[in-house]
Amino acid sequence: MAEELFIKDIEEKEYTINMGPQHPSTHGVLRLVLSLKGEIVEKVEPHCGYIHRGIEKMCEKLTYQQIIHLTDRLDYLSALINNEAVCLTVEKAMEVEVPERVKYIRTIMDELTRIASHQLWWCTFGMDMGGLTCFFYGLRDREKILDIFEETIGARLILSYYCPGGLMNDIHPNFQQRVKDFIKYFRKKLPEYDQLLTGNVIMQERTKGIGYISKEDCISFGVTGPSGRGSNFACDVRKTHPYGMYDKVNFKEALRTEGDTFARYSVRMDEMWESMNIIEQLIDNIPEGDYCAKMKPIIKLPEGEYFQRVEACRGDLGLYIISRGEKYPYRFKLRSPNFSNLSGLHTMAKGQKIADLVAIGASLDYVIPDIDR
Amino acid sequence: MDNTLLKQKVLEIESTAEVTEEKQYLTVNVQPTKLHALAKALKESKDTHFDYLFCLSGVDYGDSMGIVYHLESTDLKHEIVLKTKTTDRENPAFDTVCDIWSTAEFHEREVFDFFGIKFNNHPDLRRIFLEQNWKGFPLRKDYVDEINIIER
Repeated sequence: MAEELFIKDIEEKEYTINMGPQHPSTHGVLRLVLSLKGEIVEKVEPHCGYIHRGIEKMCEKLTYQQIIHLTDRLDYLSALINNEAVCLTVEKAMEVEVPERVKYIRTIMDELTRIASHQLWWCTFGMDMGGLTCFFYGLRDREKILDIFEETIGARLILSYYCPGGLMNDIHPNFQQRVKDFIKYFRKKLPEYDQLLTGNVIMQERTKGIGYISKEDCISFGVTGPSGRGSNFACDVRKTHPYGMYDKVNFKEALRTEGDTFARYSVRMDEMWESMNIIEQLIDNIPEGDYCAKMKPIIKLPEGEYFQRVEACRGDLGLYIISRGEKYPYRFKLRSPNFSNLSGLHTMAKGQKIADLVAIGASLDYVIPDIDR
Repeated sequence: MDNTLLKQKVLEIESTAEVTEEKQYLTVNVQPTKLHALAKALKESKDTHFDYLFCLSGVDYGDSMGIVYHLESTDLKHEIVLKTKTTDRENPAFDTVCDIWSTAEFHEREVFDFFGIKFNNHPDLRRIFLEQNWKGFPLRKDYVDEINIIER
């Protein structure tokens, strides 16, 4: 009798549990406070700040060259794209024209970053769904990109390769050949990902129709990147506000209309193919020339306000700088994609089972240092 | 819609607004009390339809505190910046816009956390990153950094 009452209570009364900050499926130190009825999620309330480092405040006391190294530490899986946001802002403000060679190399590096990031996302997505093999497949291939980075840049994760005006150093002589080899290799390996996970019945049952968010909600919550494009929100900054070589290459913006976990999954899978297409169009045509434009040793941005948007691996990264003509920015604000994506989590997870919340979180692919900054 | 038409449209809705064409975006300076009505009209009007708030930033200008809203229309492809500020540094308060754009709910909590700017009618105005009992507002220019987090 007592047991029956207890079960009835759990089914009918709302209770609260704590997920994180030390929980493997939150991919970092994110704490979610969940209100549940039985297994059904009634409310998700994120508690952020466990890894907040005050990067915006620190940047107010750093020169623009120094800031680049901090931006790596935001979304560390799209380190180069974060670097590019700062570089583009400074170049635009100083009216510096970067050499063509730099634009080519930057675009190739950005897309390699995107593939590497989506590979790691695929690893963890599979793992969150209970498929440990995915982790080995994904890391096996990601290793090849990190090796390419290591050869040219000397680092594997925290790259800091771009500087205002161009690149820190020229590409390694082997770079082009190794990238071509990688593309050839990965074109064979990517279908394996589909065979292993995409077609899996359990995975499809757990993702199709789960975690729905409408296009209107995506726009209202600012859910961008692959997560927004899964709901047919055409928010790819590479298309809407092109930078680098993106206006000169042909690529399709991956869009899905379903708005569920599986749609967000499919968009990322398509993006890996598109990234390879972009790299292939550029890799043979890198023009000769300087790898860095001449810049003054002390960069002082003219007084004014600057806003730069780039497409990071998880969405629309915005950088807002207010300069008062000094060598430090007066205000340095980052619009991080993960922070806005997280605000849509409640809408996606409401009414779903707690196990599905894990899959929804995996499909959002949040990186906590980017939320907390 | 190009900037000239946008400027006309904004002035039609709110005649006291100051509209300037900056290098990058059309910028509208508006009084705090008029902001909510202007923002709502800009979102709901079919010709402007600013449905995407892609950045909301708090700024400490030294003598005043302000908020900057970066807006975009996803179907009409135009952008605008709204700015509002108050000289009241003790108790700065603005009307919330999270009934217009849901993303503002988190961003306004962040601004409250770091600048101490309050938002009237916000459903859940608490600190979002720092502890609830944290003293002071770190991104203000007059913040005293006692434990040397920033200064070395």
